[in-house]
Amino acid sequence: MDKALFEFLCRMGDNTLVLGHRVSEWCGHAPVLEEDIALANMSLDLIGQTQLWLGLAGEIEGKGRSADDFAYLRDAFDFRNLLLVEQPNGDFGKTLMRQFLFDGFQSVMLEQLAISKNERVREIAQKVAKEVSYHLERSSDLVVRLGDGSQESHQRMQAALEDLWPYVGEMFLDEAEDAVLADAGIAPQPSSLKTAWDELMLPLLGKACLEVPESGYFQKGGKRGTHSEHLGFILAEMQFLQRAYPGATW
Amino acid sequence: MTVMTERKQQAVSEPDLQNVWQWLEEVPDPEIPVLSLVDLGVIRSIEAQGGELVVAVSPTYSGCPATRIIHEDVAAKLREKGLSAFRVEAVLSPPWSSEWISKSGRKKLAAYGIAPPQASGKPKACPQCGSAQLELVSQFGSTPCKASWRCLSCLEPFDYFKCI
Ligand SMILES: [Zn+2]
Repeated sequence: MDKALFEFLCRMGDNTLVLGHRVSEWCGHAPVLEEDIALANMSLDLIGQTQLWLGLAGEIEGKGRSADDFAYLRDAFDFRNLLLVEQPNGDFGKTLMRQFLFDGFQSVMLEQLAISKNERVREIAQKVAKEVSYHLERSSDLVVRLGDGSQESHQRMQAALEDLWPYVGEMFLDEAEDAVLADAGIAPQPSSLKTAWDELMLPLLGKACLEVPESGYFQKGGKRGTHSEHLGFILAEMQFLQRAYPGATW
Repeated sequence: MTVMTERKQQAVSEPDLQNVWQWLEEVPDPEIPVLSLVDLGVIRSIEAQGGELVVAVSPTYSGCPATRIIHEDVAAKLREKGLSAFRVEAVLSPPWSSEWISKSGRKKLAAYGIAPPQASGKPKACPQCGSAQLELVSQFGSTPCKASWRCLSCLEPFDYFKCI
């Protein structure tokens, strides 16, 4: 049970860690000042959530590893994040679309985790859910405005959706650990979240005048540690200091 | 030296909890210094547990960079008051809510130029001129707990403390 829970917590924490790092790459580069600040703050929320998930993963593992140890001292094959969150930022539209697709997933996942039979998981989920509902409000608002905006913005949002769609399916892929956790009432099977996600997201994409790609093909591997080439570059930047100067602190 | 130690031990074994609340009223929030930590509602409880004082603190946002500083500031205040046997604990549940900001805290926010949180999810009035003609600039302001708004009457931009 602990092993399954550890894997699951790494997935939750690695998703927010990698996405948080990706979003932070916008700091100082966003199209307008307000968006720059918003992206930096989103990133801060995600890194804060990472502390909670990976911190608990370390406690469950019981080997004295901290959230920082997980972030800085593991290699790509130990990361359990979805391929979606490691995809490059692209233009502002693609960054937003990636956020929107992920916020929807977090939202339906946290709804279930907020009633988890594991008290620690439940507490974190209840805390984080408040932040995520705010994130989703922002990302869906902007996706609708840009999708249903100018011809240029619409085209960019449609292109972003098509680029990222092959990474949506992995969110709902069940792994062996998921059945164990679902049986114990700790976390839902990801496949069971698909209907809620569709109900939440498809109307919003419709409102944004975006066409959902028909292909059911999807990329997978992230949850098992098989990543796209992009993750290595993220880690190279994120981990440089701790690799070059082990134990360095502020 | 001996006397000091005894006094400390006395303070620990008989902490007047009401006093501790008052001490923490003196500790400003690092990001919005017009609010005390008590005003902000992040001090969840102060208890004596077996000769040790335990202060439970809730984070506002999980990524709020001020959280660690808040813990350090609480510890510094307790040390300044002569306490040595204490623990500052993070408490996640129930999650902090902007409804926990005290009445006086809401007044202080408005006087400082930050519109206090409203259940409706939007500010009630411009903190500069009181106008209700307002527009959202960005869902995120200068810190994770604030959004950015603008007054359409006096044209001043202002921060709104988000409702969570
Ligand atoms: Zn005004």
